[in-house]
Amino acid sequence: MKYLRTIPITALLGTALTGMFLFAAIFAPWIAPYGMSEVVGDMWEPSSAQFLLGTDNLGRDLLSRMIYGAQTTILIASLATLLAFTMGSVLGILAAVLGGWMDQVMSRGVDILMSIPTLIFALVVLSVMPSTMLVLILVMGILDSTRVYRISRAVAVDVNVQDFVEVARLRGEGNSWIVFREILPNALSPLVAELGLRFIFAVLFLSSLSFLGLGVQPPEADWGSMVRENRQGIVFGVPAALIPAGAIALLAISVNLVADWILRRTTDLKGGRGG
Amino acid sequence: MNLLVLKLIAQRIALGILLLFLVSILIFAGTQILPGDVAQSILGQGATDQALANLRREMGLDDPAVTRYFNWLGGILQGDMGTALSNNRDIASSLWGRAQNTLFLAFWTALVAVPLAIILGLVAVRYQNRWPDRAISGTTLTAISLPEFFVGYVLMYFFAVKLGWFPSVSTVYDGMPFADRMMAIALPAATLTLIILAHMMRMTRAAILNVMQSAYVETAELKGLGGLKIIWRHAFPNSVAPVVNVVMLNLAFLVVGVVVIEVIFVYPGLGQYLIDHVAKRDVPVVQAVGLIFAAVYIGLNMVADIVSILANPRLRHPK
Repeated sequence: MKYLRTIPITALLGTALTGMFLFAAIFAPWIAPYGMSEVVGDMWEPSSAQFLLGTDNLGRDLLSRMIYGAQTTILIASLATLLAFTMGSVLGILAAVLGGWMDQVMSRGVDILMSIPTLIFALVVLSVMPSTMLVLILVMGILDSTRVYRISRAVAVDVNVQDFVEVARLRGEGNSWIVFREILPNALSPLVAELGLRFIFAVLFLSSLSFLGLGVQPPEADWGSMVRENRQGIVFGVPAALIPAGAIALLAISVNLVADWILRRTTDLKGGRGG
Repeated sequence: MNLLVLKLIAQRIALGILLLFLVSILIFAGTQILPGDVAQSILGQGATDQALANLRREMGLDDPAVTRYFNWLGGILQGDMGTALSNNRDIASSLWGRAQNTLFLAFWTALVAVPLAIILGLVAVRYQNRWPDRAISGTTLTAISLPEFFVGYVLMYFFAVKLGWFPSVSTVYDGMPFADRMMAIALPAATLTLIILAHMMRMTRAAILNVMQSAYVETAELKGLGGLKIIWRHAFPNSVAPVVNVVMLNLAFLVVGVVVIEVIFVYPGLGQYLIDHVAKRDVPVVQAVGLIFAAVYIGLNMVADIVSILANPRLRHPK
């Protein structure tokens, strides 16, 4: 209990909001008042006791769609982050361990990938690939893994010269032991802090793609595509599009608050870099 | 200017060109070698084999990939970007007008955002850890997590629809009076400014704070100079290189942010053009516009590096 009191209020707020979004996403079919594509009223009805957030451009209940949308947004963003992390950290550490030309090839490859703006590269790929969930996860995961690669390689280079790694090597351990059992556990804390930021990036990136009409395709919908569906309403003074857009912002901010706190805590443990 | 600096700059430019060349390969490969047949995706699932074969021959898809790549690259180097599949128009000529619109928007955004970010950064440093700094830093931390379309639609909802100060759709056309044009880009430029401001300001603050810890700033303080004067005369000139770096990186970011903003405000620029043609699976247009965006991005990053080489006195006056 004593520990709980040391957590800043912003971090608690962030955790509570993130938890709420996760809860909505996981239990969507049980808490949504209506079905996802069920037409229940007129188009763009204002909020009322019957429809808490009003209805959307086809007369579907916006609250229910938001709850189902949370599921799609969070699922795709999490899987993409997971892929980016697994790939980025394993390859990054491997590059640091192997060194030499393997390191050069991988690092220069990552440099090239990072020299193209992520959104532009994703658009180029999506112009020939269908926007299925699998393709989206792969594209987002691979593009984002370059950032994780950079960080984990930088951390691993430091750990790699420590005595215990040297000992493991002299003991005759293989590369996979060194990557997974020696370096990864020691590189984990900066990587975990990065995890939150990468997740936010994935949420924003997916939402942008869906908003542009190139992400999640109907009848499936995520928050980004809901902004797209309701954007015509803005001009007539119907703020329906602002609700999913605001939800994306709120999710990103709350995860950011948690990540910021974890980051500060991990740096505090090391004596604190910079105030 | 001495030989060492020239050599470093020449190296950096050569690296930029090499990078651009590799990126062009990547963009080409991304659309050509990936699984999925371009002809099939244009004609759809119901296409006959004969129609597919005809289209493939017309597009030169039967040639080996390497030949197609060099034909494509050679064309682009001569200003020939090919023709769009969707309407058979020449890509280069439809690009030009849209590129001008995008540049117009980006120019005015940069003109507002860059000085504003630097001034706010200086203010934050001057009142470090006091309320102006906290207010600025807190707002920018939130602003970084906001999606572009949230900022865009909130501005549009309140300033265009509720208050009616600006048009909600940014239509521009040839021969439009300058004042009308400025009114049309007011909201998209404001949105873009808000998005890059946060990042640019934070990085400016960090760059100047870094310099504030040096011995000569302490000397200036000890000889009794006032806070803003120390920052302006002693800290700022020494943090020009990192600040210019920050500005360039953010301008590169602006180039990408412009894609989403143009779609929100239906502004006829390069970004809108790219998105329309990605949806139509018009590969030649996507390749050409993608390459232009990548080239601008790489170019700005290169300028950032060159400025930091030029601004480093240790390189300009080697021992």
